[in-house]
Amino acid sequence: MPDGAQPVLQVRGLKTVFRTRAGEVHAVNDVSFHLRRGELLGVVGESGSGKSVTMMSLLRLLPAPPAEIRSGEVLLDGRDLLKISDAELREVRGGKVGFVFQDPMTSLNPVFTVGMQITEALRRHMGLDKAAAETRAVDLLELVGIPDARKRLGAYPHQFSGGMRQRVMIAIALSCDPDVLIADEPTTALDVTIQAQILELVKELRRKLGMAIIWITHDLGVIAGIADRVMVMYGGQVVEQAPVRELFANPQHPYTRALLQTIPKISGEREARLKVIEGQPPMLAAVPAACAFRDRCEFRHDRCDRENPLRRPVDGKTLGQGHDVACHWQAPAAARPQEVAHA
Amino acid sequence: MLTYVLRRLLIAIPTLLLISLVIFFLVDLAPGSPASEIPLTVDAATRAKILESLGVNAPLHERYFLWLKQFFWIEPQYAIDHLFGTDLAQGAQRIISYSSRSPVFSIIAERLPQTLTVIGTAYAVAILIALPIGIYSAYRQYSWVDQLGTFVSMVGYSVPTFFTGVVLIVIFAVKLQWFPSIYDTTLKITDWGSLWAQVHQMILPVAVLGLYNAAEISRYTRSSMLENLGQDYVRTARAKGMGERVVVLKHVARNSMIPVVTIIALGLPGVFGGAIVTEQVFKINGIGAALIGAIHANDLPMVQTITFITAILIVTFNLIADILYGILDPRIRYD
Repeated sequence: MPDGAQPVLQVRGLKTVFRTRAGEVHAVNDVSFHLRRGELLGVVGESGSGKSVTMMSLLRLLPAPPAEIRSGEVLLDGRDLLKISDAELREVRGGKVGFVFQDPMTSLNPVFTVGMQITEALRRHMGLDKAAAETRAVDLLELVGIPDARKRLGAYPHQFSGGMRQRVMIAIALSCDPDVLIADEPTTALDVTIQAQILELVKELRRKLGMAIIWITHDLGVIAGIADRVMVMYGGQVVEQAPVRELFANPQHPYTRALLQTIPKISGEREARLKVIEGQPPMLAAVPAACAFRDRCEFRHDRCDRENPLRRPVDGKTLGQGHDVACHWQAPAAARPQEVAHA
Repeated sequence: MLTYVLRRLLIAIPTLLLISLVIFFLVDLAPGSPASEIPLTVDAATRAKILESLGVNAPLHERYFLWLKQFFWIEPQYAIDHLFGTDLAQGAQRIISYSSRSPVFSIIAERLPQTLTVIGTAYAVAILIALPIGIYSAYRQYSWVDQLGTFVSMVGYSVPTFFTGVVLIVIFAVKLQWFPSIYDTTLKITDWGSLWAQVHQMILPVAVLGLYNAAEISRYTRSSMLENLGQDYVRTARAKGMGERVVVLKHVARNSMIPVVTIIALGLPGVFGGAIVTEQVFKINGIGAALIGAIHANDLPMVQTITFITAILIVTFNLIADILYGILDPRIRYD
């Protein structure tokens, strides 16, 4: 996608906390990013890194309480989603922004037909009558590759397999021609062959429909195959952000480098043990005054304990336009891991 | 579904026969004699004749089969005769109460309207109150409405009706004199005034039973709603841009009602069984009172028949609850 395209979504300084009995959990800390029209942004990070919470905060989908969006702005076509009324927000949800969730087995309502669950959104946002909505629902189901679509409208979710249910979820998310599709680990709950099918489907739909996509995953292999740009999250912060080739070729953050080394390789020594990142992700109990990754970092030094690193451009471009990283440590050019080139 | 219902109905036959056997024989084992209700001034010869005419001297199994035949064959004929003016029964022997010497089913027919009016109203009121409270409590968990609702239902569920009944009578009937303490079954509704009198005397018993039933139903509704509100499909509905009303009352409530409807259906036989204790407390001349009276009077046919009707209702409503489950939850298939 062209670099100069206007961002459809611009997030600045987003902070989300959860209020619990044990105190506040700072799940999202000052996250900023943008999404250009038609772009596919991959968001990577391990469980608890705040990637899902960030994306749900965009549409205020988190239950409040305990979740509270403390500050920041989420500009969709220049309009701040955190400031608009609930009624306006509901126009955006499912209308301008479609959402696909992780577990297709539980994300559909078990007591309503698939047809009803698709047409519900269509009638709500596009003002279609029952017949027109059903016609479009059939088209959508065919678009996502569900055979015998007209008949399947009357079927219930339990009559579909996991992969088929995720296709239905994608059909719902795409039903009202959204500008942005947020996919929250849409293939994690599926087995590998189905995962590949869904990935192909999304690639194809993107070609046909041209919406921007945010793809959340903890699988860098998936990202390598589909993303234009990658954002790595850790401890509720963006630690590195770069175009996909640049990130794989020239990872800067120790966490990103470690993540890349955890991808299992089919070629090479069989006896080599799968690399793991030692330690646990942080609990995020307070606004970090130090680097969140320092306990697991092999390049830790004094400054990491005193100061939370800010994002800085790596390649001299404006922050956010090219490659940036939030780390005090400067990766020497020679230290680039060679094996990641074919990861 | 149809095969399932038919199969269940067929299974119900041996079940009910077994229940009838147990009821009949157990009740028959009870101490006391049907003669005890006959005044002592009646001489021995007449007493023997009366007992003979009641058929109590026949062997146990003969009496059982006669009762069974009367229950399933003769009494339905009388019911049809009564409804359509036919003469199927042709004066065959009905199940006769030992103490009143009138047919048991006539007594039940007399008592049933009282029970249905008071206990049935209480149940209906309970459902109408409990569902909104349960739904709102769950949606606004830990709000003051929820706290109050949870407290009241805990009290309503744990305090027995004979206690709340007496407390309400002491406060509202004796001290404040707002309501009568005794239910007048002879009251005929002819105009607005008597209608008001009927409503007026129903308020206390309906409140007592309604509180108890509403407590149970609202607790089930609340917990079922809470369970469903946390489900992923709720988030999906919100992400589609559905309003809160649609999310809660359509998506969540439709799922939450599945166990609640079952609880309501299974509670219905209790309405017919007549909430025995409440009828005693408020002196309502219903089925429950008839059963208690019959037990005191050693009126075995009456006790056996009412108990067996209750058993039939329980079996029936179990079946209805299962069928409702299948209708409400598309994941359940009975074929």
